[in-house]
Amino acid sequence: MTTTTVTNPAATADRSQATAGDRAGSRGPARKRPGGHGENRIGWGFAAPFTILFALFLVWPLLHGLYLSFTGQSLTGQGGELVGVANYAEAFADAAMWRSMLNTFWFTLLSTVPLVVVALVLALLVNTGLPGQWLWRLSFFLPYLLASTVVSLFWIQLYSPTLGPINTVLATVGLPQPAWLQDPDTAMIAVVVTTVWWTVGFNFLLYLAALQNIPDQQYEAASLDGAGRWRSLWSITVPQLGPTTGLIVILQVLASLKVFDQIYQMTNGGPAGTTRSTVQYIFESGFTGYRFGYSSAISYIFFAVIVVISIAQFSISARNRKGAQR
Amino acid sequence: MTAPAVAPGSGLRAPTAEKGRGGGSHGHAPGKQRFGVMGVVSIGILVVLAVLWLLPFLWSLATSFKSEADAAATPQTWLPDGGFTLQAYRAILDQGNIPTWLFNSLFTSIVITLIVVATSALVAYAFSRLDFRGKKWLWVATIASIIIPPQVLIVPLFYQMLAFDMVDTYWGIILPQAIAPAMVFVLKKFFDQVPIELEDAARVDGAGRIRVFFTILLPLSRPILGAVSIFVFIGAWNNFLWPFIVTNDASLLTLPVGLQTIKSAYGIQYAQNMAAAILAALPLILVFLFFQRQIIKGISTTGFGGQ
Repeated sequence: MTTTTVTNPAATADRSQATAGDRAGSRGPARKRPGGHGENRIGWGFAAPFTILFALFLVWPLLHGLYLSFTGQSLTGQGGELVGVANYAEAFADAAMWRSMLNTFWFTLLSTVPLVVVALVLALLVNTGLPGQWLWRLSFFLPYLLASTVVSLFWIQLYSPTLGPINTVLATVGLPQPAWLQDPDTAMIAVVVTTVWWTVGFNFLLYLAALQNIPDQQYEAASLDGAGRWRSLWSITVPQLGPTTGLIVILQVLASLKVFDQIYQMTNGGPAGTTRSTVQYIFESGFTGYRFGYSSAISYIFFAVIVVISIAQFSISARNRKGAQR
Repeated sequence: MTAPAVAPGSGLRAPTAEKGRGGGSHGHAPGKQRFGVMGVVSIGILVVLAVLWLLPFLWSLATSFKSEADAAATPQTWLPDGGFTLQAYRAILDQGNIPTWLFNSLFTSIVITLIVVATSALVAYAFSRLDFRGKKWLWVATIASIIIPPQVLIVPLFYQMLAFDMVDTYWGIILPQAIAPAMVFVLKKFFDQVPIELEDAARVDGAGRIRVFFTILLPLSRPILGAVSIFVFIGAWNNFLWPFIVTNDASLLTLPVGLQTIKSAYGIQYAQNMAAAILAALPLILVFLFFQRQIIKGISTTGFGGQ
């Protein structure tokens, strides 16, 4: 693989020499001068396909959404007139909106901790070089490949109060059997457990890759100095994983804040709105309440929250990195 | 001509070889030689966890092979009284929608992947190698947009699809998913590492930018392009919210969305629900079993840039 990639370009470059002569005559000079006219044109040529899609399906909706948030637009096309900040004022006074934000934060907190810790533990265990590597990877990563609807169907069945194996087991050992998804006290926990099962494999793989990038020499040096395995774990592995952990936490918080699929499918936000996430509230205001303007306003509030959280996280992790260097 | 091409070429091995390790099964695990008490305890914990992780699959698989009567019987057992049967699968396949949804998912995910990879590679090359007016602004905008959650755009995007007459069409599913600024970032970073001497040599010989891109850079980038493709494909395949919003016509639904309609239509057919879920899960699991190494490598290398 490596040899072919190395020799290939050389060979093609050699071949291109033959055809080069006739082309160089006409358009040569423009090419020789980087940053010249030719480069400008060709640069935009390369950038154009992406830029067009980017402008059409990202920049434009972003701006249009902002505009819509100041209108009373509905799905039926009525109410397109400007209403000022009325939507925002309504949103800030809307208990259901705040409820969905709190639910989202609660879900993010409950899910991020196990999604980072469990991933790390799994990666550390697998990385000890036990036999059957492919089997471990397969077991923990496989759920990540499932569509949310598949995951939800699996777990609705598992959580079923009367038919589910979870409650069957709990009954045999004499523990109480909650209604899980139908019980306001357990619904969120149940959704979090499902989420951890579903997506922990992703962080697990990132940790595994990071662990394999720690140079063996460090462990060898440590073991020459008489450090045992626990010692190596705490003084080499964990500190080396610091930056990786920082990134995984940032990505996980952002991913968890956007939760929608599994909650919508498993509880539809219930019972009594205890699991309704902000994205679901945006979806419902827009597509079941047909209030595009109001939905856009909540979208923008949510977007602002995400920007603030991202900036905070990045500046914390940047400061940590600087501190580690000192 | 050959000499400068090979010399920087060998420098390229560093990133690719390193990434190769992510997919490699063993060899770099520290402390491999020691299998003391810790080793036994580790194996024990791992086995328990792996079983725990596989149980939901196995239970669903078992349920899918039960008759509806057995699937609704209390208490539930692994082995049904009436024995295993293919009834649920027959019933689901008789409804005829699953192959259509499978095709829709496959088609839209492949087209999305092709568009994302092609447009991202082109623009990443421009960011990495070419000088053009407005490049800095475009780069800043692209990077900044990574932070935008696609979920906050659903209302204006739907509005746009109405205007473009793309609601309930393949293009309506595809186009809004066909941009991935994070992948542009990943590819640009990779291109930055490719020694420029390789291209300079070819360009002195008169090869144009386009030629250099296709004959030199792209062949060298096969591993990262594969990684990006895998990442984008899995994301598109499993996307639920957008296809759910933009399609209504049963013949245009993707597999995840179609499954949701089955769930609501046949709420109490447990065995059929599980059979449908298993059928929907199967394609990607098979792909994974065939391309395990590449997929794991792909996630490991693009993971931080992605999501």
